[in-house]
Amino acid sequence: MDPIFALDDTQALLQSSLQRWLQDNAPFERRAALLTTPGAVQPLWTGLAQQLGLLGAALPEAVGGQGGSLADHLVILQALGQSLLPEPYSACLVTGAGLLQRLPSAATQALLAGVADGAVRPVLAALEPGARHDLAQVATTLHADGTLSGRKALVRAAPQATHWLVSARDAAGTLRLAQVRPGAPGVTQRDVRLADGSWAAELAFDRTPTEPLPDVGDVLPLLQQVADEALLATGAEAVGVMQCLLRDTLDYVRQRKQFGVAIASFQVTQHRLADMHMALLQARALVAATLAAMDQPAAERGRAVATCQVQVARSARTVGQSAVQLHGGMGMTEELAIGHGFQRLTLIEHHQGGLAVHLQRVVRWQAMQSAPV
Amino acid sequence: MTTLTPADTAFRDEVRQFLATSLTPAMRLAGRRTAGIFTDAPDSRPWFRALAARGWSVPHWPVEWGGTGWTARQHDIFASECAAAHAPALAPQGVRMVAPVVLAYGTPEQKQRWLPAIRNGDDYWCQGYSEPGSGSDLASLQCRAVRDGDHYVINGTKIWTTHAQWANRIFCLVRTSTTGKPQQGISFLLFDMDLPGITVRPIISISGDHELNQVFFDDVRVPASALLGQENQGWTIAKYLLVHERGGTYTPALRARLLRMQAMATAAFASRPADDAERQAVATGLADAQCRVDALHALEQQVLADRIRGVDHPVAPNVGKLLGTELRQHLTELAVTIAGPYAAARLPAGEAGAHALALPEDALWAMGTYLNDRAASIYAGTNEVQRNLIAQHLLAAH
Repeated sequence: MDPIFALDDTQALLQSSLQRWLQDNAPFERRAALLTTPGAVQPLWTGLAQQLGLLGAALPEAVGGQGGSLADHLVILQALGQSLLPEPYSACLVTGAGLLQRLPSAATQALLAGVADGAVRPVLAALEPGARHDLAQVATTLHADGTLSGRKALVRAAPQATHWLVSARDAAGTLRLAQVRPGAPGVTQRDVRLADGSWAAELAFDRTPTEPLPDVGDVLPLLQQVADEALLATGAEAVGVMQCLLRDTLDYVRQRKQFGVAIASFQVTQHRLADMHMALLQARALVAATLAAMDQPAAERGRAVATCQVQVARSARTVGQSAVQLHGGMGMTEELAIGHGFQRLTLIEHHQGGLAVHLQRVVRWQAMQSAPV
Repeated sequence: MTTLTPADTAFRDEVRQFLATSLTPAMRLAGRRTAGIFTDAPDSRPWFRALAARGWSVPHWPVEWGGTGWTARQHDIFASECAAAHAPALAPQGVRMVAPVVLAYGTPEQKQRWLPAIRNGDDYWCQGYSEPGSGSDLASLQCRAVRDGDHYVINGTKIWTTHAQWANRIFCLVRTSTTGKPQQGISFLLFDMDLPGITVRPIISISGDHELNQVFFDDVRVPASALLGQENQGWTIAKYLLVHERGGTYTPALRARLLRMQAMATAAFASRPADDAERQAVATGLADAQCRVDALHALEQQVLADRIRGVDHPVAPNVGKLLGTELRQHLTELAVTIAGPYAAARLPAGEAGAHALALPEDALWAMGTYLNDRAASIYAGTNEVQRNLIAQHLLAAH
């Protein structure tokens, strides 16, 4: 499968060894077993951490990582996307560890070392019921005594986490992050399976004790930055999923016969394939171009990522729906990877708000550009 | 979207400096008023000659024939700056259509004969491919060329011949054999437009513009040296152009159009309330268009960078044509919406403002470009044919 951007030797090795490992250890036939309970994913995690040693790929060398960057996350998530197993990597490494890296302290360094060796899985709990996709609309309260009260909505990978990083407002109204251990006093947890087979949890806190994280003031800019990075990483994952769906669909239309001929011989089929291909190419190119824009100031970065997600959402819908349509009834079943890929693409399409939300971010950016200085 | 390197910034400034001195107000006006696909030849040729004088008229050609050897980013910067400055839209028949096949299939004498005159702007080319009965099914073409001593004698007709009224040269697909498959009896000829027996009939488009023509050949005698490649090899040569990306990109012009449309929208809604529903819908439409332009831009840059390092993607030209033309058409729809009531008026662009009761010229441009751009999904291989070609590649390759 074509990489998203030209890989250096280390990245090429990383991706090919991960793809091989996933083919051997997590083929589609075994995927359901890895998702039966939140804990069933452990063999995947152990493999990523110990057999492949790639959980530290993008972490600093000081904590036992390999000193990589967001680009490595994209390389890894493209491959995990091809196996439809992005979680808990995406939630724990891109978002969780991404946050911890920007909250430097002895304690967070120790946590990151744990992330690299697979023992620690940090997960951000930020969005709340009724807040939709707004990281700033937070009613959860961080009390003066360090305890936490409030509610978080459908936190991805929360059931698999060892540490929750919970956003909350202090008495002054400043948005902060506090660290909570699953099972701590006052926690109510409801594990929820998502439409793509992965796991999330509804969480409620009632005077739950927290462990402090370094004080960086208002954490909203940090949350937005990490959310942008996670969104781009999801775009890379989407490319992996779409590549698989297109490959499987090409195989299927060549062998499926109706009216005495392969359905690949019909122009309506061919045009749909061409549209899938073009959707995939545009998403792939824009994910690569957006990676190069990630070091720009927040407004420019946000515009680039929002633009990328608009295209990814659009491409995900085109490729996902077309793959199901061209597979006919077989695309509707849980027996083929197609249906699962479509489920995953559908969640990606609406990730962090989907097309409508991200398009409005671009609208706001344009308004800013044309506003008189 | 990415920031420019210091070297790229210096190059951009060099281009801007050149544009500031060489792209005259008259040329910019002609570019702005181009509602068709390409600027009329009388208006575009002074600009082409200025580019030639600077050594920038054929940037994608091999360096030994006058190409610039630019990086993908430099090509992008150059095209973007030209488009943003409303430089005339140059017709591609010479530089980007016939020249690449002359380079690939021409004899040394043919290269020497045709290429320098394309580069310096002396020659203006038109393309004789389609016929009244041969559009998407181009291989069924009937225009005959019969060998007679040192000449070919041509009888038949070509249609949709862009800018034939200004061209002094034509490259033609002609039938030289009727045996075997239709594709096997086609030859590729290059010859002069002023030969006896050639007549040009104008075709006025639905926007009122004259870009297209029908060309008739009545016992036209062209020298045998007009033949490019071998006799009956014409289909292979024509296909070469389809599978080799020649560096043409859509997004620089699309981005310039988008900027123009943003300015149009600002002016159009200046006296409307901020919460005007149409205004908000237009703002969303413009943001959406920008996202699409960004996506295609990323793809075009990727393809161009790969081509420069020697990696050709087999259906990249087809993908580029499809996405570029569909996006172009989409922008024109949006432009008509932004233009509002005045889009309904039809006047020559130069007359819009020349009255005590002036009409907004951009509104006229919007409708003209909308009407003209319906051709974008038809010309150069319909978008249906492009989808067929892409799918055939996908089904064969995997």
